[in-house]
Amino acid sequence: MAPLATDVSAYLARRARWSPLEIAFWMFAFATIWLFPGKHLILTETAILALFALSLDLILGYAGIISLGQAAFFGFAGYFSGLIAKYSIVNEPVVALILSGLVAAALGFVTSFLVLRGSDLTRLMVTLGVSLILGEIANRYSNITGGADGLQGVSIAPILGMFRFDLFGHTGYTYCLIVLFVCFVIARRIVYSPFGLSLRAVKGNTLRASAIGIPVNGRLIAIYTVSAGFAGIAGGLLTQTTAFCSLDVFSLERSADLLLVLIIGGTGYLYGGLIGAVIYKFLQDWIASLTPQYWQFWIGFVLVVIVLVGRERIEAWTAALRAFIVRIGARMVTRQAAVDRAVPDGN
Amino acid sequence: MPILQTIGLEKRFGGITAAHDVSLAIEKGARHALIGPNGAGKTTVINLLTGVLKPTAGSIMLGGKDITALPPHERVRLGMARTFQINQLFLELTPLETIGLAVSERLGAGSDWWRLVGSNPAVTGEIVEILERFRLADVMHARTAILPYGKQRLLEIALAFACRPQVLLLDEPAAGVPEAERQELLATIAALPEEVTVLLIEHDMDLVFSFADRISVLVNGGLLVDGAPEEVARDPRVKAVYLGEELDDA
Repeated sequence: MAPLATDVSAYLARRARWSPLEIAFWMFAFATIWLFPGKHLILTETAILALFALSLDLILGYAGIISLGQAAFFGFAGYFSGLIAKYSIVNEPVVALILSGLVAAALGFVTSFLVLRGSDLTRLMVTLGVSLILGEIANRYSNITGGADGLQGVSIAPILGMFRFDLFGHTGYTYCLIVLFVCFVIARRIVYSPFGLSLRAVKGNTLRASAIGIPVNGRLIAIYTVSAGFAGIAGGLLTQTTAFCSLDVFSLERSADLLLVLIIGGTGYLYGGLIGAVIYKFLQDWIASLTPQYWQFWIGFVLVVIVLVGRERIEAWTAALRAFIVRIGARMVTRQAAVDRAVPDGN
Repeated sequence: MPILQTIGLEKRFGGITAAHDVSLAIEKGARHALIGPNGAGKTTVINLLTGVLKPTAGSIMLGGKDITALPPHERVRLGMARTFQINQLFLELTPLETIGLAVSERLGAGSDWWRLVGSNPAVTGEIVEILERFRLADVMHARTAILPYGKQRLLEIALAFACRPQVLLLDEPAAGVPEAERQELLATIAALPEEVTVLLIEHDMDLVFSFADRISVLVNGGLLVDGAPEEVARDPRVKAVYLGEELDDA
C-alpha cells in the first residue's frame, strides 16, 4: 500500500514545515532592527518577555502545567549571570548566557519533583512558593546580591569579544532577537518531535498516555527542566542588556504578567507568547503615555474584557489583534517615515 | 506456562473487598473472556492487571516475570496493553498522530526530542499497517473528537494494538456501538493475529460465546467458574447468577 505510506509520511512532514506566515513573522521581526532604531529599548524588553512567555507556553500550552513561579528561574539566572560578570568569572556574554540557562534548568529539574505532586491549584502555590523563597534568599544575602539596592557594578563584555553593548540598545536588541530566534527554533523542534507529541498526549489524557507506555512523570520533568532553562536564558538576557539585576526579577508580578501575555496571545502554538508579549508591551507603553498614573487600570480593563470574551473566542480575538498589529506596524512605518522626512538627516 | 497469571489477587477499598483471591491463568494465544454481573469486580481486576491500582495482596506474572510492583507504562513495555470501556482517546489529535504516538513510543523514539515525527521510516510503515488493519485510513486526518463512535471504538483498540502487546485486554470493546457499525468492529476483533493473547471483559453474551475459547466468571469479587465455554454455559451456578435462578435447581 505505497500510496497510503506516502500520504502518511507526507502528512507528518507537512505538520512541521515552516508556513509562509511564520517566515513573514520572523522576517518582520528582524526587519525591526532597521525599521525602528528609536524603539530598540522597548523592543529589547519585548523580546525578553517573549522568550520568557515562550518558556511558560512550553509547559502550559504543551504539557498542561500551570505555574506562577517562572520568575524563580528568570531571577535565579538573572543573578547568576550578573554575578559571574561582576566577578569576571565568565566574561563572554554568549557563554555566560548558556551557563545561565543551564543553572536555571538544573534548578527546574530539582523543583520539578514538587510540581509533579498535586493538581493545578497545588502547582500554582508550589511554583509561587519557590520563587518567593528564592526572592527572600536574595534579599537576605544582600552582601552577595546587593539586596534592595540591586546588584551594582556589573559590566558586560562585548559579545563574542566583538560587539559592544551601546547606550541605545542597538546591540542589545539584535542580540536578544537572535537569542529569541534560536530558542524558538529549538522549542519548535521539540514540540514537533515524538517527545513533543507525547507531551500533547499527556496533556490530553494522562490515563491513556500511561496506558500506551508513556512514562508521564519523566516527560513532565523533562519539559519542566527545558522550560526553566528558557526562562533562565530570558533572565540572563535582562541582566546582560541592563547590566543590572534587582530583587524584582523574583516578583509575583513578573510571573503573573506571563500568564496575562499568554491569555492575550493564546497557548499551544508557540507564537502566543511572542504575539502576546508584543501586544502587552506596546499596549502598556501606549496607555502609559496617555495616562501615566492609571495605566494599570486600563491594562486590567483590557484583560477583563479579553477574559469575558471567552476562551472559545480567543482564537478569533488574537486573529483580530494580529490584524491590528499589522495596521499599527504599518502606521508606525509611515509615521517613522514622516519623522525621517521632517528631520533633516543630521549624520 | 501461562503468559499472564494472577495468584491470590486481592483488593480492598477500606472495608469493601472488590476482588478476593482471584487466581487466573491465561494461556498464550488464548481468547479468554472474563464475565460477570455488574459490580462483580471486572474493572477492578483489569485495573490491577494494568497497574492503575495496586493490589492489597497477591501477585501478577507476565511471561513468567513478576510485574506486581511495576507502574502502568512499564507493563506496556513488557507486552500488555489495554483498551478502555469508556473511550480514553486524545481528542485533539488525529488517528494518524495517535497511532504515530504509540508506535514511536514502542520503538523507543518517544523521548527523541530533536528528530521530527514521521522522519523514521520504520514508524511510518507500522502506522500504515495499523491504520489499514483497523480500517482507519479513510479518517486518518480527522480530529478524533469528530469521528463517528464506531471509528473511535476502532481507534481505541488500534491504539492498544499499536503497542504490539503479547496480551491485549479488551474492556467491553463493543459497548454502545450502534448496530450499523458493530459488524465492522466485531470482524476486526475476530481478525486479531492469533499469536496475540486476548483477554476480553464483556457483558454481551453473544460476543463472549462466539469469540472466547475459555471463560472465567467473576461474582462478588471472586472467581466462580473457570473453563471452556460449554462447561460454563452448563454450569448451574452461572445460570443462577445470570438468570436469577435458585442454586438448588441444579
